[in-house]
Amino acid sequence: MKKYILRRVIISIVTIWLIVTISFFLVHVLPGNPIAVNSGKILSTETLDKLTEYYGLDRPLSEQYLIYMKNLLHGNLGYSYKYAGQTVNGIIAKTFPVSAQLGLQAYLISIPLGFLFGIIAAKRRGKTVDYLLVGFSALGVSVPVFIVAALLQLIFAVELKWFPVSLWKGFSYTILPTLTLALGSIAGRTRSMRTLMLEIVNEDYVKTAKAKGLSKAVIVWRHQIKNAVIPMIPMMGMELVGILMGSFVVENIFAIPGIGSYFVTSVQALDYTMILGLTVFLGVFVVIANFIVDIIYGVIDPRIRVTK
Amino acid sequence: MSIVTKKDFVMVRESAGAADSIVRPSESFVKSVMRKMRTNKAAVVTFSYIILVTALAIIAPLVSRYEFDMTNIMDGNKGPSSLHWFGTDAVGRDMWTRIWVGARVSLTIGLFGSIIPEILGIIIGGIAGYFGGVIDSVTMRIIDVGVCIPSLVYITMLMLFLGGGPVTIIAALAMVGWMGPARNVRGRVMQFKNREFVLATKTLGGSTGRLIFKNIMPNIMGQLVVNITSGIPAAIFMEAYLSFIGMGVQSPMTSWGQLSQAGAAVFRIYPYQLLFPGVIISVTILMFYIFGNCLRDALDPKLSN
Repeated sequence: MKKYILRRVIISIVTIWLIVTISFFLVHVLPGNPIAVNSGKILSTETLDKLTEYYGLDRPLSEQYLIYMKNLLHGNLGYSYKYAGQTVNGIIAKTFPVSAQLGLQAYLISIPLGFLFGIIAAKRRGKTVDYLLVGFSALGVSVPVFIVAALLQLIFAVELKWFPVSLWKGFSYTILPTLTLALGSIAGRTRSMRTLMLEIVNEDYVKTAKAKGLSKAVIVWRHQIKNAVIPMIPMMGMELVGILMGSFVVENIFAIPGIGSYFVTSVQALDYTMILGLTVFLGVFVVIANFIVDIIYGVIDPRIRVTK
Repeated sequence: MSIVTKKDFVMVRESAGAADSIVRPSESFVKSVMRKMRTNKAAVVTFSYIILVTALAIIAPLVSRYEFDMTNIMDGNKGPSSLHWFGTDAVGRDMWTRIWVGARVSLTIGLFGSIIPEILGIIIGGIAGYFGGVIDSVTMRIIDVGVCIPSLVYITMLMLFLGGGPVTIIAALAMVGWMGPARNVRGRVMQFKNREFVLATKTLGGSTGRLIFKNIMPNIMGQLVVNITSGIPAAIFMEAYLSFIGMGVQSPMTSWGQLSQAGAAVFRIYPYQLLFPGVIISVTILMFYIFGNCLRDALDPKLSN
């Protein structure tokens, strides 16, 4: 187990370093002058030179890289070009909690519902309930999130006026975006859980359990549900990461000041330090999450440790 | 009630082939898949839909009275009518024509965005799995790192270099999408590499090419076809998503994602502008998705019961 963890740690560190390095050089060979683009005014050569010097863009690339890496080790991601005077750290600290709250709410709704629907559909295979749930999950994975968002807004905000249409000013504002995000993952999880449950029904150990005369509840809970959940763990980990990082589309439609909408605006504005900073932040986040998922998976399922 | 006596039984002429003739005629794998697909109602319906949409995408813009980028400010934001079946957008462009021109773009992205990463994955994963050793471990480490980088990063970088458009989206899908299939194919190749039939070919002096194409490939073909089919709706989704956040196809060029994006901006006033592209994307993705499931069931004998 120690060796397994050590291996994962090394891979994670190398991955993070690679993400930072690759993104750094890619961003810096991109065409266009970020300062000229983001000032919004036509600058005199003198001002431009001053600003270039201020941001350290006049130094050789290798030196910039070393400075960036040194700052990064101190957790400093630099200044935004677009939002004058704001640090990338500051913007992340402001926007990430918003995305994380939205994501977490959606995640907490989708986990129990997804599992429940999947189990019900599998247990009632071929019955009306099953068809309804399968239909729902097929629709849920086929309808793009912006359509779901638009429909929910139109029905519950514009027509029924139960919830506010957009913005982010309190709990009632979070309900529609949370539902939008949750629907897709409920649908996906229902489908995977149903398939896994149906595969497991034919496994030998389930037959053995039946032959032993165990009660139906024990078989379903201990043998089927538990074994169906294991393959879903890595998926759930990745999903949590994805959902925490914010949904660009949902944040865009509901005008939520989350990390996703900032990413999109900074790409459109060629705000290089922001793009780089957010990429590094999200990348590191994914790597760490992957690491944790791998470890949990190793603890739960001993077969992984042996084969890897 | 009649009594059955011995004379009621007539001796059937004995024949050596009798036992064999009862067995149904042997059927090649492809034929059996085709038969299963033809007899599956869902497969037939979804396949017909796919053909219909493809045909409309090819024909509708050709026979339309309007060009997809022909603006007419006086006719802006008109609802559906006999002149404009799906209405017009803000600058008076005919939505019906735009939707089918958009279908060309979206379906093309769907097809190539699914096939290219899959083929790249097969080649890279196949090489890694077949040769093993250093090549294999280097490839696998690259994939380990690659899957950790958020896909939006690749897309952002590509978009900044190539500019938005169908080619960028396909390139981005290829960059993100080859890793999964490569891992998958590598595993399968390693699994089959040491099987008896491969060993037999080797012993008989078969070339590497023969080994790969005659022995290993047929075993992973089924999975491949299923992956490509299920990759199409995923790629269409991706295009819609990227165009929606303004990183994909941009006006005056159009695609289903671009139409949805334009429609979403005004949907509280003119809902039909989001409704038509939205419904078509959703239904198309659903149909591809069901068709993919049918195909998977037909290809995998284990699942067919």
